[in-house]
Amino acid sequence: MSELLVLENVVVTYGAVQALKDVSLKLYEGQIVAVLGANGAGKSTMLKSISKIVPLQSGKIYYKGKDLSLVPAHELASLGISHVPEGRRVFSTLTVEENLNLGAYGGRERLSQKEVEAEKQWIFELFPVLLERKNQLAGTLSGGEQQMLALGRGLISKPTLLLLDEPSLGLAPILVKEIFNAIRKIHEERGVSILLVEQNAKKALAEAHYAYILETGKISIEGPSSQLANDDRVKAAYLGGSALEKKFENK
Amino acid sequence: MIILEQLLNGLTIGSFYALIALGYSMVYGVMKLINFAHGDLFALGSYLGYSLLIWGAGAASQRFGLWGGMIAALLFSFFAVGCAGVLMERVAYRPVQKSGRLPLVVSALGVSIFLQNSIMAIWGPRYQAYPASVVPTHAIHLGWLHVTIMQLFILILSFMLMLTLYYIVQKTTFGAAIRATALDREMATILGVDVRKITLFIFFLGPALGGVAGVMNGMYYRQISFVMGWNYGLKAFTATILGGIGNIPAAMLGGLLLGIVEMFGAAYISSAWKDVFTFLILIIILIFRPTGLIGEKVAEKV
Repeated sequence: MSELLVLENVVVTYGAVQALKDVSLKLYEGQIVAVLGANGAGKSTMLKSISKIVPLQSGKIYYKGKDLSLVPAHELASLGISHVPEGRRVFSTLTVEENLNLGAYGGRERLSQKEVEAEKQWIFELFPVLLERKNQLAGTLSGGEQQMLALGRGLISKPTLLLLDEPSLGLAPILVKEIFNAIRKIHEERGVSILLVEQNAKKALAEAHYAYILETGKISIEGPSSQLANDDRVKAAYLGGSALEKKFENK
Repeated sequence: MIILEQLLNGLTIGSFYALIALGYSMVYGVMKLINFAHGDLFALGSYLGYSLLIWGAGAASQRFGLWGGMIAALLFSFFAVGCAGVLMERVAYRPVQKSGRLPLVVSALGVSIFLQNSIMAIWGPRYQAYPASVVPTHAIHLGWLHVTIMQLFILILSFMLMLTLYYIVQKTTFGAAIRATALDREMATILGVDVRKITLFIFFLGPALGGVAGVMNGMYYRQISFVMGWNYGLKAFTATILGGIGNIPAAMLGGLLLGIVEMFGAAYISSAWKDVFTFLILIIILIFRPTGLIGEKVAEKV
């Protein structure tokens, strides 16, 4: 397996605050890697630093061996990197279909119109509700539907690497399940490598091959996800206290 | 029939407002900046068209005919003012963009003063007049209706320009990228939209349309002055607010509507109060419907 994404000693600062302190991470081609951690641990910042929304203070990020500091932010999409950010960020006054079409904007040189149409059909199969609401303004969708649209928009360009930020945040348990099923399908049917940032540690560990735990900007624990799922420290901090969640699972 | 004539007059003036308003609205959309220099770009366009038409004792009109000369002046102004807009963005806006909105507005006011004084320095402080020989002056009569050829030309060209722009912005993928940039430039960048390219496009096209409006305005009234940008800028700004800022069809509607209201007010109440109606509308809209007639269609969901 070859390395698809490598973060080397990445440091990001916001003013006087260090959001990421010396973070190193590797993602091999075809893997799902989860990044877990509490609110404010720097998970979103990490994804933003990869897609160049926030600048690096120091350190390096390589994608397919290419130093990303040399690539302008708007060209990342054409390289096959797709970022589905936190909070969905769909374009509210554009229609569902326009949102989807824009997802292919960065890949318009490497994809034919036919390929884009085929991906669109696949996304409509994955999330039938998007087909139903194709001509509706994205701002009128419910939270779960917007998350599906954000995912679809991130997938239509046939990315190699998908950066997924909190896809289950604020969704009802049934929708969380649906979103995670979709993530599994995206990985299995399209072979997309995924860097998944999540607060729902249990679900994320169930899908991922490898996981990192981020604590106040530093990687504290890493390992294969099956190993992390049984790690006492992880259990206590991220899996343990959710008796309520267990109750839901049993039902 | 008087009513119909007034309506046509209103639409003509409204076309000027609409074309200028489009520039305000597009620039506001991608930069969240009221470009106070926009009216002066309109004036610059008027003067550039004037210069081309009187150059070499009307050489353009003699060489290409009456219509050829007019089209040459319009094209020249379109491209020259468009380039001036791009230059303005590069020199006055981009360097201060990261410092926030207030520095941007101050910079815009600076550009406005600079342009106005440059026009005065180059062309002089007195009124200049488009010569009668370079524009069509005759009128046609449709029954009782009396329309000048110039009016028809202005209406047709304006509507063609607006329809083209509407098509680009609302129906093409590039247009969707423009709208996406206006809504969330970070997300647009993530999807592969080169926001800098969009900004350049906007700062070319907005002023270029203003330039065309400037030339048409000169051809219509024939008399131009270096301070005209202020008055037209302010009215077109009112039109932008009236329709709903940041929205392309809204700017068109606002401009046409303002022209009509102004004309009817002048014809049936008093022409001395013409400008009062305009700003009364601005105040009323700001109090009762600050998003404009067709502002945001849906509430943002969090």
